[in-house]
Amino acid sequence: MAITLGIYYLTPWLRWDRGPFAPDQAVLIDLANRRFYFFFIEIWPQEFFFVAGLLVMAGIGLFLVTSTVGRAWCGYTCPQTVWVDLFLVVERAIEGDRNARIKLDAAPWSFTKIATRVTKHTIWLCIAVATGGAWIFYFADAPKLVADFVTGEAAAPAYMTVAILTATTYMFGGLMREQVCTYMCPWPRIQAAMLDETSLTVTYNDWRGEPRSRHAKRMALAGESIGDCVDCNACVAVCPMGIDIRDGQQLECITCALCIDACDGVMDKLGKERGLISYTTLNDYNANMALATAGGTRPVNPALVRDPDGRLSNTVAHISLRKLFRPRTLIYLGVWSAIGLFMVYALLTRNRLELNVLHDRNPQFVVLSDGSIRNGYTLKLLNMVPRQRNVRLSLTGSLPAASMSMLGSGKLEGGAFDIELEPDRLKTIKVFVRQAAGQAAGPLQEFKFIVEDSAGGERADYTATFNAPETGQ
Amino acid sequence: MSDKHIDKISGVSTTGHEWDGIRELNNPMPRWWVWTFYATIFWGLAYTIVYPAWPLLTSSTKGLFGYSSRAEVVQDMAAADALRSSYVEVIKGKTINDILADDTLRSIAVSAGGAAFKVNCVQCHGSGAQGSSGYPNLNDDDWLWGGKADAIQQTINHGIRFAGDSQTRDSVMPAFADVLDRKQIQEVSSYVASLTGTAADQSNIAQGAVIFADNCAACHGADAKGNRELGAPDLTDAIWLNGSGEAAIAAQVKSPKMGVMPAWGDRLGETAVKELAVFVHSLGGSE
Repeated sequence: MAITLGIYYLTPWLRWDRGPFAPDQAVLIDLANRRFYFFFIEIWPQEFFFVAGLLVMAGIGLFLVTSTVGRAWCGYTCPQTVWVDLFLVVERAIEGDRNARIKLDAAPWSFTKIATRVTKHTIWLCIAVATGGAWIFYFADAPKLVADFVTGEAAAPAYMTVAILTATTYMFGGLMREQVCTYMCPWPRIQAAMLDETSLTVTYNDWRGEPRSRHAKRMALAGESIGDCVDCNACVAVCPMGIDIRDGQQLECITCALCIDACDGVMDKLGKERGLISYTTLNDYNANMALATAGGTRPVNPALVRDPDGRLSNTVAHISLRKLFRPRTLIYLGVWSAIGLFMVYALLTRNRLELNVLHDRNPQFVVLSDGSIRNGYTLKLLNMVPRQRNVRLSLTGSLPAASMSMLGSGKLEGGAFDIELEPDRLKTIKVFVRQAAGQAAGPLQEFKFIVEDSAGGERADYTATFNAPETGQ
Repeated sequence: MSDKHIDKISGVSTTGHEWDGIRELNNPMPRWWVWTFYATIFWGLAYTIVYPAWPLLTSSTKGLFGYSSRAEVVQDMAAADALRSSYVEVIKGKTINDILADDTLRSIAVSAGGAAFKVNCVQCHGSGAQGSSGYPNLNDDDWLWGGKADAIQQTINHGIRFAGDSQTRDSVMPAFADVLDRKQIQEVSSYVASLTGTAADQSNIAQGAVIFADNCAACHGADAKGNRELGAPDLTDAIWLNGSGEAAIAAQVKSPKMGVMPAWGDRLGETAVKELAVFVHSLGGSE
């Protein structure tokens, strides 16, 4: 909880120096200028597939985690769980433990009750505002936005975002809690398809717990068979989803393992082995169940899984790391890593200088008075690094007797233009290519525009077509 | 009808209506629903009073606050004008050559001029300014009245052969059907066609050259390169406004077609004309 919350709240405040022409916030989604900054990576809108790739990886990662360790996402990292946990901490600190809260609920309205309630909801609201507040810092320079936000000068969307996120955080985390998981979230439905008999799930091991009894000693004296469960209800009391894990694996269970901790505590006090509730695969559970019921022929008899000295028998199946490696998880892992490696490769080899060419289509060509043919092109030069660059634009390919001219102040030198590109900007220039009369090889000729960083290094090209009349005049 | 019959199963009273022993239960609409319904009726009526709605004999009710969607549009347009005013002022204050020399101003003027072109000029010159027979292509480098920026601006301002403008560019090519006979027209046409290497009757050319020198050189020049003062086209280049080849030339000699272009200065204003001229100049063929 502390880790995930820490990441969320602190990330916008990390700085990353990118020089004078780009923001120095480490993680910034600059919607106004359509840039996405992530530490040393800068993503332009057309490179958004990197983000899409990350989402695909996240999805497959979720499959991987679910098929190996069950719903660890829900129990440990899902924002809903994390914020509910945070809200529960606040509630416990102010209103006391479960029994105290039940008492408070039942108590008539008094000054103390009102005071505790107001305090609790105020702190909840503060957390909610902070949550919404932190969100907007990802979209603008955080220190400046704080100042603007407090002085009322921030943009209206900032206030609206904070208001909406405050409302949803307060409602989902404080009021609705597990209802969100049970009724709103689609993931509990999908997880049924993701789990298999070798996935780890939080399981009540009824093969050693049943028959449960609050009066173990008396029953033992009476010579009846008793299980380890003393029916203390600790597991039910701690469950944030409000279920009884002893009823078996359920849709609501988010695998937070709070019941495991609670039960282990009780088992320790009783001097019994831990793991009455534990992470178990369905395979292990079935094996142990078969053991305890003598192959399903008799009701559960805990004596069958124990050695004569009362310890758990060696024949009881336990989880082992090896069981986690199986074709399904390996395939997930493979796909996940393949996508990741491909993205790293694409990221390391991507071009930070790009050229796009739009051929004038109306008219496609112009015949000039000396019979030569001219085509117009709009060139878009993308300088995707935050520093100024000088590039040379030239022509190449099978376009005989062709020359280039540019609209505006560009000067042609040695058949090429020197163009100054502003840092981190797109530059649009209009270029005319002219071919002398009678030189056209046909109505369609291909050639290339080339831009090269004058300081050496990157280059980009674009294959364009040159149109001439059908007669090839 | 008035008996209070209570339905045994549901415990609800019936309306008293009975058809073949079937009675209708009296389950009224929930109160909140009914009140919401009344509120919408009230809202609807109030709306027609606050906003223009009811048709009268010659007009309609104006509403309490005199709202009008037309006024709203006018307001929006004024706001848009205000947004544009910063650079419109700059363009207004500069000469067209100053604008062309400044890359930023030029690109702004090209955008504005391009928009104006699509509204006012495409009807004759085509959406790509490529022209058609009788309507000049503005992309090429053949200019009847001059292709420098200020010449283009002058042409747009005052038009060509436009009766309503005293400064309009004006010239008339005589109809030579009254001056030359059929054979002479044929000969001079062959000569003109031969100037650009197009197919021509070789036997006519010598005689045609003489006729050209006598009748045409006054405007088109002894070398047939044309005269921009008079809007006389260059007859030696590859661009033919009214079609190339002997037949098209002969038709033009007999009874010339001469284009008319309206003067736009008074209609669009000085700034818009300036922007249009910058746009046309930036099409690539200008000087």
